[in-house]
Amino acid sequence: MYSEKVMDHFMNPRNVGEIEDADGVGQVGNAKCGDIMKMYLKIEDGVIVDAKFKTFGCGAAVATSSMATELIKGKTIKEAEMITNKAVMEALDGLPPAKVHCSVLAEEAIAAALQDYRARHGLDSDSTYEGCSGCCGGCGRLDQHDENNGE
Amino acid sequence: MEKPVIYLDHAATTYVKPEVFEAMKPYFIEQYGNASSLYDVGRASRKAVEEARAAIARCIGAAEPGEIYFTGSGTEADNWAIKGAVYAARKKGGKHIITSAIEHPAVMETCKFLKKEGFDVTFLPVDSEGFVNPEDVEKAIRPDTVIVSIMYANNEIGTIQPIKAIGEITRKHGVLFHCDAVQAAGTIPIDVRDLGMDLLSISSHKFYGPKGVGALYIRKGVRLENLIHGGHQERGKRAGTENVAGIVGMAKALELAIANMEQYTDKISKLRDKARDLILSRIPYVRLNGPVENRLPGNLNLSFQFIEGESLLLLLDMKGIKASSGSACSSGSLDPSHVLMAIGLTHEIAHGSLRLSFGEHNTEADVDYLVDALEEIVARLRSMSPLYEDFVKANKQT
Ligand SMILES: Cc1ncc(COP(=O)(O)O)c(C=O)c1O
Repeated sequence: MYSEKVMDHFMNPRNVGEIEDADGVGQVGNAKCGDIMKMYLKIEDGVIVDAKFKTFGCGAAVATSSMATELIKGKTIKEAEMITNKAVMEALDGLPPAKVHCSVLAEEAIAAALQDYRARHGLDSDSTYEGCSGCCGGCGRLDQHDENNGE
Repeated sequence: MEKPVIYLDHAATTYVKPEVFEAMKPYFIEQYGNASSLYDVGRASRKAVEEARAAIARCIGAAEPGEIYFTGSGTEADNWAIKGAVYAARKKGGKHIITSAIEHPAVMETCKFLKKEGFDVTFLPVDSEGFVNPEDVEKAIRPDTVIVSIMYANNEIGTIQPIKAIGEITRKHGVLFHCDAVQAAGTIPIDVRDLGMDLLSISSHKFYGPKGVGALYIRKGVRLENLIHGGHQERGKRAGTENVAGIVGMAKALELAIANMEQYTDKISKLRDKARDLILSRIPYVRLNGPVENRLPGNLNLSFQFIEGESLLLLLDMKGIKASSGSACSSGSLDPSHVLMAIGLTHEIAHGSLRLSFGEHNTEADVDYLVDALEEIVARLRSMSPLYEDFVKANKQT
């Protein structure tokens, strides 16, 4: 059911771990949904120089976290903000429909970590991250995402 | 080194035993006749079906072969038993169904469907090990109760219900008792008369028979509305040309299972106990789901804290180990297993569940390999789990 790329990123996840002196840390999802992603960013001069993650979740959750960290490393904050769940999904050659929410979580983990970075550095933010995305229905906001753009 | 294949999902399905396959073979190419036809190849099929019916009747203690009806699956038998009973009783004011919170979807979804159709359904709670309290059954019975449907043994956590006590209650109150014995048949002796059952479902592919064939025991005198309409097969109660080879295979498989039951259950329960004890002693933060006693002999269900079941299954599969999980991700829905939730687990613990079900070909070496693999995989998944990270940090502070 998973593409080879997804399996590769699940079996050999890139950038697993913590960054002790991270500049931004974001955690999204909840145990109720079965997926939690935590992302750590090291940011220098507006550029993401390192990204690491820890994930509790299924194969797709691990793979999307891994791919998300790969996609944002070396990018500026602005560029990282432009990365959507679709981009994560495409980079993995697609996800089964039931797993699209994992890619949404990955996008949100990036957003949450950047939000934390801005908050710590007193920077203004034009995007606000509001916590749970509603992917699991746990917070009653199922209308938030288009879940039909999977494979 | 070639990757071994260690199949630990016998509760999902079993392979067909070679003897069973041999018994089925003539009914594909040589004896292909329709069991309803008058000429010789038809008569040979009829004879085979009736012999199989008699064999199954003997295996479950039915009073006569005519109480056995063949179906296309355990699911169909469950649907027929419950829908057939309430539809037949509707005219006389029957309205109410009693079942448990941990039934297989074949029963649970049938009851939910009937609820939508206007019937009342009581889903009895279970205790932390999955047991239904027979007193709760008795308290739930109303004047318009038609049927109580409680499974013999649970497919996820192996709990064997106090079926005999429930049968006494239903008999006392004159309501029908249906038992989904799909997981029990072949591993637990079944005697429908002793247990006071009116209806009992079994499925061939859980006891080393072929897939796509099941049976419903209908005690003589119990009236069910038909579920499948068409020809006059199964004495006009279940239409559709008989799956002769499948029926022959099911009977052969059940006879073999009953002949070897003691040896088989002894073997698989020893393997299961060994796996359980080794895993609980070598891997920390593991919970046993379901009871220790009164449990299906081959069933083991564990929750590994801080990790998610689908990841666990994928990594086990990489090592050749085939198992299953009650996590939402592996079921395709967003909710974890209703059985694990009903016994009171949190979502997080339910998501980290693993079901191992042992069978005939498993060995002690398989168990050793499994435990080594699990120890490594669980450690690996925990090392990347933010829940484990939080747990470790919280422990350091105290
Ligand atoms: C308890 C129980 N009931 C019913 C079924 C359904 O049987 P079948 O697969 O033959 O439809 C199963 C097996 O999946 C089961 O474990």
